[in-house]
This record gives sequence, structure tokens and C-alpha cells, in this order.
Amino acid sequence: MATQVLQNPLELPISARLAKNLKRNFVERVIEFMLMLAALSAVATTLAIVFVLIYESFAFFEHVSIVAFLTDTQWTPLFEDAHYGIMPLVAGTLTTSIIALLVAVPIGTIGAIYLSEFASHKTREIVKPILELLVGVPTVVFGYFALLFVTPMLQKIFPGLPSFNMLGPGIVMGIMIIPYISSVAEDAMRAVPMSMREGSYAMGATRFQTAIRVVTPAATSGIVAAYILGISRAVGETMVVAIAAGQQPNLTFDPMESAATITAYIVQVAMGDLPHGSIGYQSIFAAGLVLMIMTLVFNILGHLTRKKFREAY
Amino acid sequence: MTQASVLKNLDEVRAMIKRHKLNDYIFAIVGLIALMIGLLTLLTLFIDLVMDGFERFSLEFLTNYPSRRAVNAGLLSAWVGSLLVMVVTFLSAVPMGVAAGIYLEEYAPKNWFSDLIEINVTNLAGVPSIVYGLLALGLFVYILDLGQSILTAGLTLGLLILPVVIVATREAIRGIPVAIREAAYAVGATKWQVVSQHVIHYSFGGILTGVIIGMARALGETAPVITIGALTFIAFLPPSPVTTEPPFLNFEWLSSGFTVLPIQMFNWLSRPDHAFHVNAAATGALIIVVTLLMNGTAIWLRYRIRKNIKW
Repeated sequence: MATQVLQNPLELPISARLAKNLKRNFVERVIEFMLMLAALSAVATTLAIVFVLIYESFAFFEHVSIVAFLTDTQWTPLFEDAHYGIMPLVAGTLTTSIIALLVAVPIGTIGAIYLSEFASHKTREIVKPILELLVGVPTVVFGYFALLFVTPMLQKIFPGLPSFNMLGPGIVMGIMIIPYISSVAEDAMRAVPMSMREGSYAMGATRFQTAIRVVTPAATSGIVAAYILGISRAVGETMVVAIAAGQQPNLTFDPMESAATITAYIVQVAMGDLPHGSIGYQSIFAAGLVLMIMTLVFNILGHLTRKKFREAY
Repeated sequence: MTQASVLKNLDEVRAMIKRHKLNDYIFAIVGLIALMIGLLTLLTLFIDLVMDGFERFSLEFLTNYPSRRAVNAGLLSAWVGSLLVMVVTFLSAVPMGVAAGIYLEEYAPKNWFSDLIEINVTNLAGVPSIVYGLLALGLFVYILDLGQSILTAGLTLGLLILPVVIVATREAIRGIPVAIREAAYAVGATKWQVVSQHVIHYSFGGILTGVIIGMARALGETAPVITIGALTFIAFLPPSPVTTEPPFLNFEWLSSGFTVLPIQMFNWLSRPDHAFHVNAAATGALIIVVTLLMNGTAIWLRYRIRKNIKW
């Protein structure tokens, strides 16, 4: 046997050598194909999401006209007197998201400028992992925080505040997306070439002047992308608003009131036991479709802006 | 120009420099505070949970079923459910995600087809988690008829963390120098031999980091699992996966009803009775400790890999 192994392969007949290669190539092809199937699962998931949402929404829009869906000011699919106007849910979603942004944009931007331009290497090494840890905290826990910590605290400042309101969860959602905005905006600022900073320092500018007048303008599109991706997160956030903002659809932009968001409505319906195929069951898919479109628009806008700053240098 | 005016001018300049340096100093403090808000929130949140839930920290809390009486209620069915769901999530997301990552980095030609897959992965990472729940409700629960089971929940969360695993795999692979691959090719290895014996081997740490972060996320996800209709009051355990009789394995648990930790917490939290809020706080503290430990391990691992590997 040993002599056979040591035999010079070139002495084998050509057909034997080719046969072996064929088998080897075949195995390689099969493996490549299987890996490709795995990669295609991403495409399949997207298609499945789109299919399920549109399929069930179609059934929903057989009962409800699109005009009523978009213009009716009440959302009461589970009541005797059913109304199917998505506006109250969209208003709730937008209000909580806007509060979240009002909290997250200033703090996140200042944090990003500090991290990118002021912090020493050591500080950055410590702070960045902590920010990552904050991203990993489950949102249901933040919901607890909004309902039983932030809202009671706000009630001391605004005595009339109901225990379910949009202000508390909005603020908590803002805190949740600060790390996200900080890290994306910081990436954009660090991508600004060193020579631009050096030019500014050479003119006698301080760090603060350089950061505000040179680095920030140069990184604008990246920072804006961070904001847009932050909005998308806030719009899709579920547990915080489902726990702390209330379950009553309410067409208002007043943060002191209680209102359901699109996501909170879906959770509310899913908690109850609605029969498959009922209009209430279909309504959560229609609401989900609206949510999906909203986040998709923000995500695409965000990625386009982000791409732009990558190409700039 | 007289000497006096030059001096006066110089004083002005010095005052200006001083002012600007002060601005620098002020902003550095403001920036640090802005960053600390995140850290302080995390600390406050954790201390708040521990203080509120302190009275429930006991072994019985982990070994009791949920109950109508808050004091007797426990997490047994919830943590067992979470564990079993995580097993399914791990088995579905990790092989699929790693394979997809390998394909995109090592095999995929640079054309519209790969671009399409890439765009899909990026987009999926931005899809709100509750939409995955709707997908699972429509597809797994009703079209594929898997029911509101552990299998459905595990597959749903598997799809949810798939982009995380894919991105981590790709980043880990990208860090491996071409020279390693060329050396393997030079001694006659096939592409798959290069990938399976070298590329996966060297990117193992990076992939592990991504997997841990993904699993931590799956553990804390609530919305998609609620959407598929997980029950909130479960006073039984799924059939045991391991039996004493051959073939020793039992797959009935896959189709069993279940609850998971975050849903149990949500359920207790949405009751008006304050005694249940204490249970919710204790559950929250447990979830935070576990997810922070997982994420902390992942971050530490990544830090070590970066520090130790010098190509």
C-alpha cells in the first residue's frame, strides 16, 4: 500500500487522474451551491415578509376602503361600531418618536463629537464598550423603567400627567437610541481626513472650533444618516410604548396624553385571542404594512445619505 | 503703532485665547456628561430593578410556576421556555448565518446578484422586530401550521438574529490576510478545504462574538414572540428533550406551548396589582444580568482577539 501512496501521480493513467478531479470538483460545486442557498435565505426572508404583509392586508382592504383607512380619524377595529382610520396610530408613533429624537439628537451628537474629537484613546476604549452594553439591554426592561420610574418622576414635575402617557416612554426611547446615534455619528466624524483637522489647527483654531466648524460640517451627511436611522429605530420600537404609553388609539400630538402606537396596537391584538382570518387579525397586518413602509423609507434615506459621505473623500 | 496700543492689542488676543480655551474645557465637560447619561441610566435602571425586586430574590422564584398570588409566583416555566427557544434559535441561525457569511465573503462573484443579497441583509437588520413576529404569525403559525410552539418562536428569533450572525461572520473573515489562503492553495487545497480548515478556524473568535451578541438579543426580544401568540400563563413544563429510554431524545417539546422570560415580565408588569410589579422587577434584574453577562463576554472576547492577533 505504501508504495502506492508514494507513487508519482503523473505515472497514473490520465483517465484516473481526471476522474478524481471530477469528483473533487463536484463536491466543491455542491458545497458552493449549499452556501449560496444559505445566503439566499436573506432574500427569501425579505420576500416572505413582503408576501405575508401584502397578502393579509389585501384581505383587510377587501372590507375597508383605502380612503377610509387613510382619512378616518378613529381606529376601533374591535368595537361594535368599527372604524379603520390609521391616523391615530400614526400620530402616536410619530409623537413618541419625535420626543425620542428631541432627547437623543442633542445628547447623541455632543457625545459623538466628544468621543471623536476630545476623548483620549483610553477614554474611548472604556466608553465605547459601555455604549454597546446599553444597546444590548432588552427593551421590555426599558418599558418597566418608563412606567415605574420615569413617569412617576415626571408626575412630580407635571402633576396632571396620567400614568400612561407618551412623554415618559418617548424620553426612555430617546435614551435607548443615544448610543446608536453616537456610534454612527462618531464613525462619520472619524472618517473626516486628519489633514482637514491639521489645517484648522495650523490656523490657530482650538479643538472646539475645529470640531464645530470643520469636522461637523464635513461629516454632516453621516450625522444626518445617524439621525434618520435613529428615527427608524424609534418608529419600530414596541415594548416601551406598549407598556408605558397606553393602549387607547388617540388622534393627538400632545405628549401629556396617552395614545397607542402602531406597534402597541399589534401587541394588544396579539395578546388577545383573535380568530385567524377575522378582520381584527387582518388589521394587524395592515398596521404592520404601514409600519414596514415607514421604517423602510427612513432606512433607505439613511443608507443613501450614509453612502454619500463615504464617497466624499 | 505705539507700544501701548500693541500691548493692549496683545492683551485682547490673550483674552481671546483664554476664552477659546475655556470653551474647549467647557465642551469637554458637557461631552463627558452627555456620554455619562447612557451609563448613569443603565446604573439607575439596574439599581431600581434590584431594589424593587429584592424581596423576590430566592430559589423558589426560579422553581415555582406562575400563580395568581404574586408571592408564590415563579419563573420556572419562563426560564425553561427561554432556554428551549434559544436552543432552536441557535441551531437555526448559526449554521445558516455562518454559511451565508462565508458565501458572501469567499465565494460570491461581484455582480448584481451578490449586491441583491447584501442589500437584503442590510435591510433585514433595520426591519422592526415586531414585523418578524407578523411574518411568523402568517407564515409559521398558519401557512406552515407549526402552531404557537417553541419551534415557531425559535425559528422566528433565528430569522431575527440572522443578519447579526452574517455581518459578524463577514467581518471576522475579512480580517484574515490573503497570504493565509494563498499558502493553502499553494499546497493544493481546494477552495472548500481552504475555507473549512483555515478561514473558519481563524475567524472562529469573531464569529463567536457575533453569535453571543445575537443570542443575547434573542433572549431579550419580546414583541415578535408575543405576536406569534405565546401564552402568558403557563403552569407546566414542555416534555423533556432527554428521556431515559432509547432513543433518549424526544422532540415533542418542539410543538409544546411555552412562555419566555420577557413575556412573563411583560405579563406581570401589565397587571394593576403592585405585588406583581415586584415580580416583574425581579425578572427584569435577572434578564439584565444574563444579557449583560453575554454581551460583556462578547465585547471582552472581541477586545482580546484584536489585541492578541497580529498578522
